[in-house]
Amino acid sequence: MKSAGIDIGSRTIKLVTFGNGDIQIIKKAENSFDTLKVCRELLKDISCDSITSTGYGRHFFSEHFKCEVISEIKAFAIGSKYILPTCRTILDIGGQDTKAISLDEKGNMKKFEMNDKCAAGTGRFLEIMAMALRYTLDEFGENALAADESVGINSMCTVFAESEVVSMLARGADRAKVARGIHQSIVNRSVSLLRRVNIESDILFAGGVAFNKCIVSILEQQLKTKIFIPFDPQIIGALGAAIHCK
Amino acid sequence: MADYHEMWAGLGLDLKTHDMVLEIVGKAYQDIFLSQKNRPKGMWYFDFVMSEIHGLRIKELMDAKEQGRKIIGTFCVFVPEEIVLAVDAVCIGLCAGAELGFEEAEKYLPRNTCSLIKSAFGFKLAKVCPYIESTDLIVGENTCDGKKKAYESYKDIVGNLYVMDLPQMKSTEGRALLKAEYKKFAQKLEEISGKKITVESLKKGIEIANNKRKAINRMAALRSTDPTPISGLDALLANQVFFYDDPVRFTGSVNAICDELEARNREGMGVAAKGTPRILLSGCPMAVPNWKVPYIIETSNAVIVGEEMCTGERGTQNLVNANGNTVDELINGIVDRYFQIDCAVFTPNPSRLEHIKKMVKEYKADGVLHYGLQFCQPYQMESKIVEKELEKAGIPTLLIETDYSQEDAGQLKTRIEAFVERIKK
Repeated sequence: MKSAGIDIGSRTIKLVTFGNGDIQIIKKAENSFDTLKVCRELLKDISCDSITSTGYGRHFFSEHFKCEVISEIKAFAIGSKYILPTCRTILDIGGQDTKAISLDEKGNMKKFEMNDKCAAGTGRFLEIMAMALRYTLDEFGENALAADESVGINSMCTVFAESEVVSMLARGADRAKVARGIHQSIVNRSVSLLRRVNIESDILFAGGVAFNKCIVSILEQQLKTKIFIPFDPQIIGALGAAIHCK
Repeated sequence: MADYHEMWAGLGLDLKTHDMVLEIVGKAYQDIFLSQKNRPKGMWYFDFVMSEIHGLRIKELMDAKEQGRKIIGTFCVFVPEEIVLAVDAVCIGLCAGAELGFEEAEKYLPRNTCSLIKSAFGFKLAKVCPYIESTDLIVGENTCDGKKKAYESYKDIVGNLYVMDLPQMKSTEGRALLKAEYKKFAQKLEEISGKKITVESLKKGIEIANNKRKAINRMAALRSTDPTPISGLDALLANQVFFYDDPVRFTGSVNAICDELEARNREGMGVAAKGTPRILLSGCPMAVPNWKVPYIIETSNAVIVGEEMCTGERGTQNLVNANGNTVDELINGIVDRYFQIDCAVFTPNPSRLEHIKKMVKEYKADGVLHYGLQFCQPYQMESKIVEKELEKAGIPTLLIETDYSQEDAGQLKTRIEAFVERIKK
C-alpha cells in the first residue's frame, strides 16, 4: 500500500509518497501558469494506490485527478505529528500565507489562525524585499543574520514596505540592518499569530521560509525556546496528505 | 417575467446598471440556490419571489401606494413593524448585501466603513434599488456609530429620512427611551398616513407580525433534526425575504414549507447525509444577495442549522404580548419584546451569548462560525468575548472577518474547510 500526497502551493508544488510506514519519494517543482502540467510531470513515474491533495490548488487538482481533498491546515497537523510526535504548535510560512496551528496531545487540531487577505509577512514578502535590497534570497537571510542590529520598518503591506525600504536606503541606512529589520517584522507578525492560538512546546516551523536561518534565529530569541525545523520544511503538507490517505 | 422597465424608469432607476445588477443576482441565485440537491418543494415560492424581486413586489408596492397606503423603509430589526401595520402602511427592509456604488458612497463615507452601510449608500447613489425609490419614509436608527453618523449625510441624499434614537443599555432609563421613541414614531406614522392608530388596528398589526415570527421560528425549530430537512442557504433566504415580502402571504408560504419539513423529519429525509457537521452562524446580518459565507460552508461538507443574526433568530425570537386595552398598553407589550433584542450595540450584552449557547444546544450544532463584517466595531469587539466563552464551554468557534467582495473566497474556503475538519466527529 503506497499513498501520495500533493500540496499545491502558490509558489511550489510538493509531492510525497508514503509506504511501509515511511517516506518513499519527495519531489518538488515550481508552480507555473499551468498548474496541471506541473502536477502531471510530478506524478509521471509515481505509482501509488491513492492520492490526497491539499494546498490552495487542492480543489482544482481534484477536478482532474481521482483523489481525496483535505485543507492544508489538517495536512500540516498530520504531517507535523508524524515528524515530531511531541509537536503542539505549528508555524507555517508559505509563499502567500502564514498559518499558526495548535494541536492537542493526540495531534488533533485545536485552533488555527491565518493571515488576512494579503501577502504581508509571507514568503512572497521576503522575496520582494530581497529584490528591493538587491540581494539574492540566500544573501538576504545571511546578511540579515550577520547584522548586529535592526532598522525597523513600519509597513507590513508589501507595496508600502518596498517603497519604505527604498527611501531608507536613499537616506543612507545600512543594507544589512534594513534586511534584519524586515526579518524582525515578519517574526513579530508570526508571533502575534502564534499567540492567538496559544504557544505550547514543542514548536515546529514549516514552509519554505523555515529555510531562512535569520527568521529562525530571531523567532527562537523572541519565543525564548528552541524551535524544531524538519529536515525538509516544505513537504510537511504533502506528507500529511500522503499519510491521510491510509 | 413581465417587462417592468417602464415602472423602473418611472422610479428614476438607472436602467442600464439595474439590468446588469438583476442579471448578476439572477446568475448568482441560479448557481447558489438552484444547484442545491433535495430542496423542499415549497421553496418554489422563494424562487418565484427572487425572480420577481424587483418586479412583482415593486408593482405591489406601487398598487399599495395608489390605494393611499404608505411605504416605510427600514434598516434595522428595532423598527417595530406592528406600528407600521397599524396605520395600514407597508414595512420594507432596505439593507443591501452587494458591493455596488461603493466609489460613489466613499464620497460620503470613510473607506473604513462597513459594507452594509456602504451598500445602503451605494444602492441609492447608483440608482438601482426600486425599494428605496418607492418609500414614503425611510427610518434610520441610532445603533452603531457608523450608522448614526452616516444618517447625517444619508438624510440629504434620500430626502425622506426619519431617525429614531435607541438605548445602549438594558436599564430602566433605556427602556423608557425606547418607549418614548416608539411613541414618537407612532405619531410620525399617523401624521404621514393620515390614519389614527387604534387598539384594533394595533392588535391586528401585532397579530400579523407575531404570526410571521411564529412561522419562521417554526421553521427554525424543525432544523434540529439530523439529517436537517432544509439547507442553511434556503433558511437564510426565508429570513432575508422576511423583511420585504407581504407578511401574510409570507407566513402562509413558510408554514406550507414547515408542513413539508415535518413530513421530511418523520421520514428521516434531509438535505445532507446524517452526521454531516452542523454549524451555527452568528454575528452580523446578511442581506440579499450576501450569500458568500453560507455558500462556502455548505459546499465544504457542512450544513448550517441556525442563524443567530438579525436575518435570523436575533430578529425573530420573542413575540409581542397582544393583551392590552389601550394603545399605550399595547405599545408597552411591543417595547417589552423589542427591548430583548440582543444587538451588539448594547453594553454589556450577556443575553446574546446565552442565546448562542441555547441555539447550539437546541439545533445540535457542532460549532459556531462568527461572521463579522470588516469595520463593524460592535460585533467585531464582541466576537472575541463570544469566541473565548464558547471555546471555554467546549464549543468550537471560528471567527471570520470579511466584506462584500469576493476576493477572499479562497482564503475563507481554506479556513472553513479546516474548521469543518476540526468539528467532524
